[in-house]
Amino acid sequence: MNIGILVNEGPFTHQASDSAYMFAKAAIAKGHAVPRVFFYYDGVNNGNKLSEPQSDDRDLVKLWGRLADEHGVDLVVCVAAGLRRGIKDDVLAEGFRISGLGQLIEAGMGCDRLVTFGD
Amino acid sequence: MAEFEFETEGVVKKFMFLNRKAPYGTIYALEVLETVLISAAFDQEVALAFVDDGVYQIMKGCDTAATSGMKNFSKTYRALEGYDVEQLFVEKESMEARGLTEDDFIVDVQVVPASEMVALIAAQDVVISG
Repeated sequence: MNIGILVNEGPFTHQASDSAYMFAKAAIAKGHAVPRVFFYYDGVNNGNKLSEPQSDDRDLVKLWGRLADEHGVDLVVCVAAGLRRGIKDDVLAEGFRISGLGQLIEAGMGCDRLVTFGD
Repeated sequence: MAEFEFETEGVVKKFMFLNRKAPYGTIYALEVLETVLISAAFDQEVALAFVDDGVYQIMKGCDTAATSGMKNFSKTYRALEGYDVEQLFVEKESMEARGLTEDDFIVDVQVVPASEMVALIAAQDVVISG
């Protein structure tokens, strides 16, 4: 099954991005495809390369990047939501790209399921 | 970076946007609305549901200049009709719990009980909440 993922929250004040990451890994491990993860609202903070969690904490920004590298997952940060929150090309972490909301709608149109993580 | 191309030619799906938060004070409602407009531009079959504090999004008389100074986008809900977005549902229980009636809304809506809202949500292809 093709599963698109929408991440609506940042990595630190909400469980959504941890859950989304673990869901994506589990889905891929079960043989499903996760062609695209779209980051919206505060979810755009998942793509901030300036984020430096303490060394004994998980680093979701890097984990997402590794997932993209290993499994070809397309990590898309919303341009409008990103601009509001200071997430632009100069701070964008490896594996992510910035694009428009059309990429979210296309994921909804093209995937068998679109799974939302957030409230 | 692995840019993915979806096959979306001629695809029309039922998208529902589930609004559960008050319009001002956070940016959820405005950012949902931006997604609604894009999905309409992609010619999808779009519905909006207002539940919990989301019912306040379409309430008459929101005046942000008098309070936070947040951008007032309330009139955008009125413009949705122009994008062929005409399915607007309000959950009856949420509306009544907040002392509101249909007359308090700036747009025409269908008021449905929670049991019916569940069925409406289940009938969608894609549900995006905010």
